[in-house]
Amino acid sequence: MTSVTFHTLLWVVFPYMVMVAFIGGHIWRWRFDQFGWTTRSSQMYESKLLRIGSPMFHFGILAVFFGHVIGLCIPEEWTDAIGISDHIYHWGALVLGIGAAMATIGGLLILLFRRRTNSWVFGVTTVMDKAMYLLLSAVLTLGMLATVVVSTGWSGSHYDYREGVSIWFRQVWSFHPSAASMANAPLLYQLHALAALCLFAIWPFTRLVHVFSVPLGYLTRPYIVYRSRGSAKKARRGWESIDF
Amino acid sequence: MRVMSQMAMVMNLDKCIGCHTCSVTCKQAWTNRSGMEYVWFNNVETRPGQGYPRRYEDQERWRGGWELGPSGRLRLKAGGRVKKLLSLFANPRLPGMEDYYEPWTYDYDRLLQSPAQQQIVSAPPKSLITGKPVNIEWSGNWDDDLGGTFAHKADDPMIAGIEDKVKLDFENTFMFYLPRICEHCLNPTCVASCPSGAIYKRTEDGIVLVDEDKCRGWRMCITGCPYKKMYFNHRTGKAEKCTFCYPRIEQGEPTVCAETCVGRLRYIGLVLYDADRVTEAASTPNDQDLYEAQKSVILDPFDPEVLEAADRAGIPYDWVLAAQSSPIYSLIHTYSVALPLHPEYRTMPMVWYIPPLSPVVDVVKDTGYDAEDAENLFSAIDTLRIPVEYLANLFTAGHVPTVERVLYRLAAMRSYMRDINLGDEPKEGIANAVSMTGAEMQKMYRLLAIAKYDERYVIPAAHREEAHDLESLATDCVLDHAGGPGMGEAMSSSDMGRSTRWTRVGAPKRKKH
Repeated sequence: MTSVTFHTLLWVVFPYMVMVAFIGGHIWRWRFDQFGWTTRSSQMYESKLLRIGSPMFHFGILAVFFGHVIGLCIPEEWTDAIGISDHIYHWGALVLGIGAAMATIGGLLILLFRRRTNSWVFGVTTVMDKAMYLLLSAVLTLGMLATVVVSTGWSGSHYDYREGVSIWFRQVWSFHPSAASMANAPLLYQLHALAALCLFAIWPFTRLVHVFSVPLGYLTRPYIVYRSRGSAKKARRGWESIDF
Repeated sequence: MRVMSQMAMVMNLDKCIGCHTCSVTCKQAWTNRSGMEYVWFNNVETRPGQGYPRRYEDQERWRGGWELGPSGRLRLKAGGRVKKLLSLFANPRLPGMEDYYEPWTYDYDRLLQSPAQQQIVSAPPKSLITGKPVNIEWSGNWDDDLGGTFAHKADDPMIAGIEDKVKLDFENTFMFYLPRICEHCLNPTCVASCPSGAIYKRTEDGIVLVDEDKCRGWRMCITGCPYKKMYFNHRTGKAEKCTFCYPRIEQGEPTVCAETCVGRLRYIGLVLYDADRVTEAASTPNDQDLYEAQKSVILDPFDPEVLEAADRAGIPYDWVLAAQSSPIYSLIHTYSVALPLHPEYRTMPMVWYIPPLSPVVDVVKDTGYDAEDAENLFSAIDTLRIPVEYLANLFTAGHVPTVERVLYRLAAMRSYMRDINLGDEPKEGIANAVSMTGAEMQKMYRLLAIAKYDERYVIPAAHREEAHDLESLATDCVLDHAGGPGMGEAMSSSDMGRSTRWTRVGAPKRKKH
């Protein structure tokens, strides 16, 4: 297999496969597994560590997410146009990014420690949970390393992801994919992106689906909900009653 | 006036012998599943005692229910919408498994597998959560029958404020049983606390249910419910609660806990209430006025204005008839002997209690005086501050005169009926002393003491074929719903049945025992 084919498989074919699995998987799960769509909270078993680790992780990962949105979706020319110099942008991104990453990874470590050492919590940890935690930890660690080692120039050569990874990312989403930008990216960035793709591929089949249930509707709905018995959902297929 | 109907329950605490049959049959029916091992939709507490989960009534800690804000408006005690969303990642007021108890079973296999030996083989306890051996240190009714021992008495939040008297008079200690289920409140905080909107109150009968498909496991309902009658299934990650046995209620049958109650102390029936006045009543400034406010929301089912409004609200005629013969309405309004549990939580609970006279009777009996003499009982109620104040903390936010008034009536009935049972002339004066007539007293006696099955349970069957449903069938398009013609699924047989069936309105279903 030539290097070009290999990179096309990794950075063009694989991302679209993941996209299909991610979107299709969520549609499938939403339609057929509403009952399984939950955070499956383990707070009942253990609260002390969770109350430190969980907000740290969740608020951290939210910041990391929005950082990625800015870094991957906003082209360099745009920030240049409003007068943010490359230097300021990268320092800003680095400081905020490292802060968010520390909270996220610190929170995750607390949560992982809790999950492993508390026998009640470990008892309800499924195989899918373990795979998810493994990939999630890999993605976070690799991303943190990529930022610290490569972006800061510690490794000797400076790499600006906004001229590489971000372009590939936008090409994939605008359906003009090209493997070139990723093929030339440093190994840590490649591994980070690959681990993330793997995580997205199993996402719909894990508890991570709860991300799409942020209950924003709560802010506007009346407190007390009434529902008529008649509006109850129809019996599932095969469970209709015989009633003439 | 917006009339709604509510299925409600009254429990006569004097009759509860603390046998836990209701808890066991409820558990067998509803919570004998994985993830629900620690859950008792129905539990029986010995009071004074900590209850289940431990100290659930300590709202300064758990922050359940509603409170009045500075402007006098109702707000969730645990914090409003924004605060709830910000604490999604870790609920700061969630009871842990240790506040309930670690459920266990016994290693029965040891009994069968052990070889013959001199010692008797034991079946050691093992955790139902981890499967490992456990030391049993607490359970859902660990302090059963203790009535608040010295070790745990101070842990009962309802003793706060009267603990000195309780300690001083420990030789006159008292206890009674308090069976509890979900209150199916008119103003439920669990519903209000659910970020997903998965918990709802049924418009037809007011039963509060969880839509398991919509629940996302944010666990705010558990904090919201001041009675701690919302539970978290720790295997499925979904909230579950007492269903008021709605599949039975819809068929006109009483709940499992009521049906199997050996003391026959539970009453089930409909009440009509004014939904427009619920928030106003729940916002009554003084905690001790909440009982009267809650009572006033319940409408007189004989009032022509109410009947007309009920008709406008589409309440079927047989349901109105059932509300008129409801034992619940009689106990709350006609005889005024039923009180709500913790009205100060402002949720308008719909499981009411007739407070027990037995702690008072027992003390009088122990002193050698005639415990069925009205005068003795009246003065005992006046002097025995402890049980009365304790009961007031449970049922009237601490308002002692209301509890006294109820106990006077129960005492008067006891005394009045004794004369009849002994063949003496009944004393009308006893009935008059509690603002009743002898005839009313005898009726109340029949409802409380004889308590026939069809008088305790007046439950109209549900209307699957309600008229407005038929109307909607006639006016909306079959393609509005999945499964219409040509929509890829065969039309279900139940749809076909509905379109050809007429409304059948029958009399409220009553059962002979």
